[in-house]
Amino acid sequence: MMREITIGQYYPAKSVIHSLDPRVKLFGTLMYIIALFIANSVSGFVFMTIVLSGIIIMSKVPFGYMVKGLKAIVVLLVVAGLFNLFLTPGIPVFTFWKFSISMAGIRGAALMVFRMIYLIIGTSIMSLTTTPNQLTDGLEKSMRPLSAIGVPVHEIAMMMSIALRFIPILTEETDKIMKAQMARGADFDSGGIIRKAKALVPLLVPLFVSAFRRANDLALAMEARCYNGGEGRTKMKPLSYETRDGIAYLIILIAFIGIIAVEIFRKKIGFI
Amino acid sequence: MSLIFDHVSYTYSIGSGYETKALSDVSLKIGEREFIGIIGHTGSGKSTLVQHMNGLLKATEGKIYYNGEDIYDKDYDLKDLRTQVGMVFQYPEHQLFETSVFEDVKFGPRNQGLDEQEVTLRAYEALTKVKFPEDRFDQSPFDLSGGQKRRAAIAGVLAMKPAILILDEPTAGLDPKGRDEILGMISDMHNTVGNTIVLVSHSMEDVAEYVDRIIVMDEGSVLYDGTPSEVFSHYKKLEEIGLAAPEVTYLMHELADRGIPVDVNATTIEEACESIAAYYGRTGI
Ligand SMILES: Nc1ncnc2c1ncn2[C@@H]1O[C@H](COP(=O)(O)OP(=O)(O)OP(=O)(O)O)[C@@H](O)[C@H]1O
Ligand SMILES: [Mg+2]
Repeated sequence: MMREITIGQYYPAKSVIHSLDPRVKLFGTLMYIIALFIANSVSGFVFMTIVLSGIIIMSKVPFGYMVKGLKAIVVLLVVAGLFNLFLTPGIPVFTFWKFSISMAGIRGAALMVFRMIYLIIGTSIMSLTTTPNQLTDGLEKSMRPLSAIGVPVHEIAMMMSIALRFIPILTEETDKIMKAQMARGADFDSGGIIRKAKALVPLLVPLFVSAFRRANDLALAMEARCYNGGEGRTKMKPLSYETRDGIAYLIILIAFIGIIAVEIFRKKIGFI
Repeated sequence: MSLIFDHVSYTYSIGSGYETKALSDVSLKIGEREFIGIIGHTGSGKSTLVQHMNGLLKATEGKIYYNGEDIYDKDYDLKDLRTQVGMVFQYPEHQLFETSVFEDVKFGPRNQGLDEQEVTLRAYEALTKVKFPEDRFDQSPFDLSGGQKRRAAIAGVLAMKPAILILDEPTAGLDPKGRDEILGMISDMHNTVGNTIVLVSHSMEDVAEYVDRIIVMDEGSVLYDGTPSEVFSHYKKLEEIGLAAPEVTYLMHELADRGIPVDVNATTIEEACESIAAYYGRTGI
């Protein structure tokens, strides 16, 4: 019942995208986000759709699984879309009662909604195809230069990977304790707000106790293995680029130049 | 009281890429006053199976009937089922949460909607039944030893007076003495109260001594279901799936192979002694 949470969830599969170096994927995601803001027209989004479809097909992650993340923002999408639709000034093309919809409104709303949807899908491909460990390794290595100006890059990466590692552990624990208390007749879903809040006590107390116990155990285990920060620490699987990563960088750059070209060209010939 | 599994299958995390089929096509019938042991290798689906018995997991295929009623029926009261089918989880001490042991044990009966006097009575009864030291009733459950926590947690379920009591590896992580005490207590309770007990375990020896029916799970299906001596007669097959029959079974088969006509169906040390002594013309030891 707690397993519906999809933050940082990884979908195991053997695909080109899965096997890319995490740094390539981080860079690609960043460029993708920038490109989404450059794309500002129907032509631009057609281009982005082609790019995104290509990535989705290559990633071998089922499409249904990818759009799961969208459910959470449906309300936000609808509200933001409606605001854009009705409140953008311009020549009305359609009027009823006190409301009027302009061409600019339709355009703004459509662009905004597509931009948000593409943003969520694009970034979730990143987390679906990269294990949390790879992700933090990639971040740590890409941010390494920042440690020269005193940013504790290693510590940040370590905290991130521990936090990510604990998400599934704690969800599993929550699931277990919930079941155990339900077996003793606890009821988590009925009653008013106060009753519901009270019903959480038998869940939260053991959960906190166990979280602290685990944190304690982990700290001990790290000390016992002489962990003392990132200084001079080597990796079991050091990140190293392969030919396919180079090709991927190239494709990302070409696609990025592609979207800029599409937008410029479209403006010149006055296409939608 | 009867609990029937009709071709039950269960798959974890359907549609996530991590699908695991944990139960496949399990059919069972559990009746009045039975003492059942469920044995299987790690990951064979024991915990998954027992969590279906009180409706905590919903079968992906198949049906379950309690006293003839389909528990997946829309208006079936699962909360009521859970008070009749009591379940002690693996490492039950992790579910303690109250300020004192006594209060924690009261949680179950209180959820059953009993009046406060009855709740207190039940909690007292349950704690005495598990031989929890009386001078520690008011202590915080977090300041107890592992074995004491285990007892307190078991009492928390006993206090609900379930018609079927399920215990998922109640002796995991306990020393031999603690193990014998807990199993002995469960067995005593079965003999005096006469409720049905389902005991999940890794160890054949544990189970052989107490239960009168064994269900062997292997990769999500029921491999054997019968009396201990029936099940242990397949000791070669049991070994193949990573389980072992009790030492006694091996000894008796070895003796029989050497031409000494002892009873190969003996499952406990006492029975084996009787049989060997009988051959040498003595009764008893
Ligand atoms: N919450 C879960 N999510 C996904 N898969 C699970 C979950 N719980 C168990 N499984 C899988 O289901 C299978 C059966 O697990 P189960 O816990 O029932 O085994 P078990 O016989 O109780 O093992 P053990 O003796 O170790 O307790 C295993 O392959 C396990 O990996
Ligand atoms: Mg188990």
